[in-house]
Amino acid sequence: MSRTSKAYIAGIYEHPTRKAVDKTIPQLHAEVAIGALKDAGLTKDDIDGYFCDGDVPGLGGMSMAEYMGLNITYTDTTETGGSSYVVHVGHAVEAIAAGKCNVALITLAGRPRAEGLATLGARDRGGELPERGFEIPYAPVVTNMYGMAAMRHMYEYGTTSEQLAWIKVAASHHAQYNEHALLRDVVTVEDVVNSPMISDPLHRLDCCVISDGGGALIVVSPEIAKSLGDRCVKVLGHGEAVKHLNGGRFDLTYTGAAKSGPIAFAEAKLKPADIDYASIYDSFTITVLETIEDLGFCEKGQGGKFVSDGNLISGVGKLPFNTDGGGLCNNHPSNRGGMTKVIEAVRQLRGEAHPKVQVPDCTLALAHGTGGQISSRAGAGTVILGRNDA
Amino acid sequence: MSPQERLYKDPDINMETERYWEGAGNGQLLMKKCNSCGKTHFYPRAICPVCTSSDTEWYEASGKGKIYSYSIMRRSEIPYVMAYVTLDEGVTMMTNIIESDFDDVKIGKAVEVTFRKTEGNKSLPVFRLCK
Repeated sequence: MSRTSKAYIAGIYEHPTRKAVDKTIPQLHAEVAIGALKDAGLTKDDIDGYFCDGDVPGLGGMSMAEYMGLNITYTDTTETGGSSYVVHVGHAVEAIAAGKCNVALITLAGRPRAEGLATLGARDRGGELPERGFEIPYAPVVTNMYGMAAMRHMYEYGTTSEQLAWIKVAASHHAQYNEHALLRDVVTVEDVVNSPMISDPLHRLDCCVISDGGGALIVVSPEIAKSLGDRCVKVLGHGEAVKHLNGGRFDLTYTGAAKSGPIAFAEAKLKPADIDYASIYDSFTITVLETIEDLGFCEKGQGGKFVSDGNLISGVGKLPFNTDGGGLCNNHPSNRGGMTKVIEAVRQLRGEAHPKVQVPDCTLALAHGTGGQISSRAGAGTVILGRNDA
Repeated sequence: MSPQERLYKDPDINMETERYWEGAGNGQLLMKKCNSCGKTHFYPRAICPVCTSSDTEWYEASGKGKIYSYSIMRRSEIPYVMAYVTLDEGVTMMTNIIESDFDDVKIGKAVEVTFRKTEGNKSLPVFRLCK
């Protein structure tokens, strides 16, 4: 079967650093770009489109384009937090299909660990943020915000801490084989539920790591993909959404994936049961659980049962996920995990994941990013990818 | 026994929201409702996010509601209860639950508004469990 694809992912690169004390952020952007170009077999001068988040140094992508010496005729600085890079893939595909560019570079880089950025303390971004006065005095931080989503999901569906813990357990089983992973020890359900409570009901081991580094992707036109060979991966579908508090009428038990997922599946003409491997954003265990339900891998409210007993472990369960160890164990560069989600999905489709976690005959994969906070305002991006012969 | 309370940061106040904070200073929880579609929205805005009408009006809410969700922030120098409370008026707002043993805080429990002074002496609506 040969499905049509408007564009292909030709190059990927995940920076091996997890603490970049001796590198600047622009330097990290350049290093990941060079890595992805080398992986694709392209050079800097082939790039005519550049995509990055709104967090890069400079105004949009202009300073980074200058630093890296890019000559571009197309740029996109869509900012939806950690989901940005998944959304960028979709936007790059559309730009290429419209003939606006042929080789799109997407980069992410940051160094929160080296800069000693704490995760405690209310996020205060200043300016004319309209919700600011109604939130900052109450001290919302990422852990208690995700904690409220988990608490409500438990209340409505009977989800348990043990079920959430299985998500971390599965990630740790995969991370043990990743030499770059920040946390390589295999953990048990008991380890997770006995780890210190951070913000009820989330324990320390329900939370992702904080890491430096970044990654890059190269998206190319079908013509260029043909010249580069069969390591190129098809982009079969893309969906995105922004979910927010909706004027005070909202439900914390689902995420924007409930919209982005069906859009992506419809475009790819596929259904969840067709997917061989899934990269699911894992800022916290609850993020994975709600997203799996929203994408349709199980019914709403059944996520706890679905993720239990190793169902997410490669070679054991029905839905192998985050075989690099994910954000929970491997890497969450710059507190933004969407980039590494796409990278591991591409590795799986190329057959280049670690042999211990490689899904046999992996043909169709999904990568999903979540950005911002699922208990207030969050972006969602879903891409469905296919092996070169899919 | 009630847990120790942390210091509250000042709210950001602008011309769209100053009436809300004046009300809080007078012990009132004010909401904005739209005279065109009839719906209350939160946080209060000059323009209704439901129907885009600019015919929006302040009114005093009952100050009563139920806990929609919460999370006890343990890893803080002074632990506190982050919460969303669904008001009887139908909208859900971010707040803290105070004056309550953490073990007593549960989803669905009835709460009522009270006020606390912030660092800069503004009044901040917070909630406590109804007796």
